[in-house]
Amino acid sequence: MEIISEWGFLFIGMAVVFGLYMSWGIGANDVANAMGMPVGSGAITVKQAIIIAAIFEFAGAFIAGGTVTKTIRKGIIDPSSISGSPELLVYGMLAALLAAGIWLMIASTRGWPVSTTHSIVGAIVGFAVAGIGVDAVNWGKIGSIVASWLVSPLIGGVIALLLMLSIRKLILNTENPFDKAKTWGPVYIFLVGWIVSLVTMFKGLKHLKLEFTAVESFVAATIFGIFVAIIGKVLINRIQVDESADKDYHYASVEKAFTPMMIFTACAMAFAHGSNDVANGIGPMAAVVSVVQNTGDIGQKAGLPLWILVLGGVGIVLGLATMGYKVMQTIGTKITELTPTRGYCATLAAATTVVLASKTGLPVSTTQIAVGAVMGVGLARGVGAIDLRVVGNIVLSWFITLPAGGILAAAFFFLFKGIFS
Amino acid sequence: MRTTNPIASLLGSSPFKPLQAHMRIVNECVTEVPALFDALVAGDNTALVEQKDKIFAKEGEADTLKHDLRAHLPKSLFMPVDRRDLLELLDLQDTIANVAQDIAGLMTERDMSVPEGMAEPLAAFVLRCIDTCNHAATIIEELDELIESGFRGRDASRVQEMVEALSKLEDETDDMGIALAQSLFAMEDDLKPVSVMFWYQMLQWIGDLADYGEKVGDRMLLLIAR
Repeated sequence: MEIISEWGFLFIGMAVVFGLYMSWGIGANDVANAMGMPVGSGAITVKQAIIIAAIFEFAGAFIAGGTVTKTIRKGIIDPSSISGSPELLVYGMLAALLAAGIWLMIASTRGWPVSTTHSIVGAIVGFAVAGIGVDAVNWGKIGSIVASWLVSPLIGGVIALLLMLSIRKLILNTENPFDKAKTWGPVYIFLVGWIVSLVTMFKGLKHLKLEFTAVESFVAATIFGIFVAIIGKVLINRIQVDESADKDYHYASVEKAFTPMMIFTACAMAFAHGSNDVANGIGPMAAVVSVVQNTGDIGQKAGLPLWILVLGGVGIVLGLATMGYKVMQTIGTKITELTPTRGYCATLAAATTVVLASKTGLPVSTTQIAVGAVMGVGLARGVGAIDLRVVGNIVLSWFITLPAGGILAAAFFFLFKGIFS
Repeated sequence: MRTTNPIASLLGSSPFKPLQAHMRIVNECVTEVPALFDALVAGDNTALVEQKDKIFAKEGEADTLKHDLRAHLPKSLFMPVDRRDLLELLDLQDTIANVAQDIAGLMTERDMSVPEGMAEPLAAFVLRCIDTCNHAATIIEELDELIESGFRGRDASRVQEMVEALSKLEDETDDMGIALAQSLFAMEDDLKPVSVMFWYQMLQWIGDLADYGEKVGDRMLLLIAR
């Protein structure tokens, strides 16, 4: 206990610095992955992507980021196992942040498709197993988290497939696809606003003192959906048929009509990413702050201070503005295969899945879900070719990330333990 | 920092664009064939060799594209169509250029003076066969739209109609080829036997251009059929 009261201020300082470092890494790398599709399909420019990401990542983190943060903060480690020595939790969480942040940097420079989520979960489990004991880990929770890593890309894929098939049925395979695109476009935009806001509200926004019943959520989501649909309609109506680019069925013009829709899915994606992945940076930070402020009491009741959520949001935006910019620029030129209709399906599917997971408190990998969603579009015969080796690499990267994050975190844990006690 | 975007790398480069590019080159190659016969009829040997060179160059270009595409079509690629159909389509396209090369080769290797009275129907026959190839090439251009609509729906049925039209063109070339062969039968006794033999060969090859054009269309139907 003395350790915490003696060094409390330093611990909070370290937590803030490491948390910012991790959030910066998320913004620098992960956000670019999430926003790659709208940029790649040419719907928005890199600059617009940065602005959208800055606003909606922050909103996502602030509005819906609390639940996953809670899981990271106290869902993975069984608090009763360390009630006697809370400083272990502080060392561990600091170690986890540093380990995940460093691992993320190594992977990024090597070009490995690692997930920030896997890094932090692996790191927390790693220090807990090495420093406290195998029983300290809430294995049931880990089981459900790992299960969600398998299930969530699947859900993303299925939603993307269904969206793609519906677009094909309602727009592409009709007499006059361009007119149909104009007719159905606002409906698809409505869907973006409706699903994302509905999923966000469904479990209430406790920390913002806003709680809705199911019916209220439905009504509010519908109003919000209609609101964005109207904006979308105005944008879509400005699109003209591009005779020169068109062949027989005006598909080129249809794609143009889908371009404004991508703006909305980009917002949804940034929101979704913020709601889930911000927790990777601020979850451990919040855990440290909570322990120190309660002078060693691993308080189960302590809420998540808003300033921490804000800090996480700021970190992500900083990362985005410094490094993510570059990453996004290079990605933008690489995903040209994804036309706006495909990009729309994949991004909306991914965003929906991520927000859904966020509200259930499951830390999922946004990148993995996005990959699942693109595969769904591919299954609908929508993309020219999908490289299955990359899927293999991604799967392989988690098998490496989990122990790598864990071992690094364990090493830092013992380092901190040696320094402070 | 290297970009680690898994989505960018997940989308393997689509084989359809190179396939279309290949067919365009093949089409350019066969489009040079009629001028070959014009030069032959006119007895202009320099023009003949010039045309031959053009055809050989285009055939070589098509070959390079074919090898590139094959080399860059790894087994791990997940595509909206069966890879065997795709590779066979590529082979058929390439065969068209090969046949054009054979024709050009034979015409410059050997004196192929056109038998009496055959010049006109021969020119018409050649043109019709080239039309068939051109038509096959326009069908391949539809691949873009087919991917857009997921090889289904109106665009798919339109391709089906185009293939039917292609088949009709090929039927026409069959008739023209038979008529030419018949006029050759009639002249058999007055011509050198070896020349007759080579002219049958030539007629066969010209007809092959249309045949392979038709087969390209048929393969496209397989891409649409499930």
